[in-house]
Amino acid sequence: MKYAYFPGCSLHSTAKEYDLSTRAVADALGIELIEIPDWICCGATPAHITMHLLSLALPVKNLIKAKNMGSYEVVTCCAACFNRLKIANYLMQNDEVHRQKVAKIVGEPYQGTVKVRHFLDVLINVFGLKNLKENLTRQLSGLKVACYYGCLLTRPSEITELDDLEEPHLIDDLMQTIGIEPVQWPYKTECCGASFSLTKTDIVLKLSNDILQMAQDAGAQALVVACPLCQSNLDLRQAMINKKYKKNFNLPVFYFTQLVGLALGIEPKKLGLEKHIVNCLPLLREKGILAKR
Amino acid sequence: MKWFISHETIKSPFLKTLEKDCGEKISHCYQCGKCSAGCPISFEMDYLPNQIIRMVQLGMEKQVLSSKTIWLCASCLTCTSRCPREIDIAEIMDYLRRLAYKKQLMPLGETEIPLFNKIFLRNIELCGRLYEMGLIAMFNLLSGEFFKDMSLAPKMFLKQKISIFPPRIRNIKEVRAIFKNSGKLGRAKRDRLLQPKLIFLNLFRKLIEKIERLK
Repeated sequence: MKYAYFPGCSLHSTAKEYDLSTRAVADALGIELIEIPDWICCGATPAHITMHLLSLALPVKNLIKAKNMGSYEVVTCCAACFNRLKIANYLMQNDEVHRQKVAKIVGEPYQGTVKVRHFLDVLINVFGLKNLKENLTRQLSGLKVACYYGCLLTRPSEITELDDLEEPHLIDDLMQTIGIEPVQWPYKTECCGASFSLTKTDIVLKLSNDILQMAQDAGAQALVVACPLCQSNLDLRQAMINKKYKKNFNLPVFYFTQLVGLALGIEPKKLGLEKHIVNCLPLLREKGILAKR
Repeated sequence: MKWFISHETIKSPFLKTLEKDCGEKISHCYQCGKCSAGCPISFEMDYLPNQIIRMVQLGMEKQVLSSKTIWLCASCLTCTSRCPREIDIAEIMDYLRRLAYKKQLMPLGETEIPLFNKIFLRNIELCGRLYEMGLIAMFNLLSGEFFKDMSLAPKMFLKQKISIFPPRIRNIKEVRAIFKNSGKLGRAKRDRLLQPKLIFLNLFRKLIEKIERLK
């Protein structure tokens, strides 16, 4: 299986562990991810707030680069990039006016021929959970996690076509395959505050506090996410949340690829587990997943 | 809040222009309130999403464009996915924000968000990919809070999660051409990317707050 890989800006900096763990898992399973040469930022939230055509032109430029690479399927990990690429693709396929305008801006016509997938989609639907189970070297039993999907993976549902709108279950199924117990909780798709991380930090602290409290009340020992911005809001800001709301949360926030990597027997250093701000190693050692010191 | 809505306001072309440009049938909204009920940021907004739609239906352009609500929308798309009339409320909020940028109508209390978006875009235009250090430094400087989040910086550097140097790509000229062309075609104000009025208002407001706190 060969795909063009679009990491996005966060995976090269603040979400480095997501990139490391995705590549490690893809290597171990024989999925080839070739990074698109000279990819550019997809624009994420600021582009569609400020200029409509720019927010379509930037993703389309990347899709054209992927097409010129000879690849017709792009895989991405970042939820915001996934959302923007999918929306741009959808409009290019269905709307003639936008297609012409964007062709004028980018300089090349593009008909929406490249397919965009999220890495979850590749693991579960293309590679298959049965195949994954055969490749596992161990089961990570004893761990209870809350799977947090965030906003952009499942919405708008007719464009992303990834999972159910109000009760998604893809990450939960994946966790069950590797032996982890996902808890039932109602805040699976509640917004974490997204791009207000720098501008309105109070809103982010309030929303993330609600999510962490609900996860803890549901009995989770950790959270599993698929979006780098959600992870940053829940992990980086946990100390600030503890200080502001006088709580003492100690919930590590994992990327799903890190847990899959542990189950496949990849060594922890390659998965970037020490790069989390809320230290996740004590929990993993306690559950016997990592060797005790 | 009580307003006197004149005949001219209701008959204004604001609603029709929005429906034509956006493609969203706002006149279909029957005020069920599902959008406001699901909105995670509604606690901080001055007008709820359904109130904004009602104001658009009544042609109250000025109040809508200078409200805090349109800037506090996080584009989480909860409202869009739940609307029974299939109106894309997040898209309407986007359109209103773009209109507010064009007409330079910013609310006095929420100047950081418009500023941040412009700095972000300028950052991508210069480097091709996001240069986080540049973004944070510029934003802190221009919004008046110089040492915000400073305590997180050492940890991020030690774990190699943030780099001091900007990213480099080879065809940066193509990126800049895209920005230039979208500005022309979309008739967006691209030349005044960092609006001085915005920056000045923000710094002034922060100064007043600091003085109030010292009293």
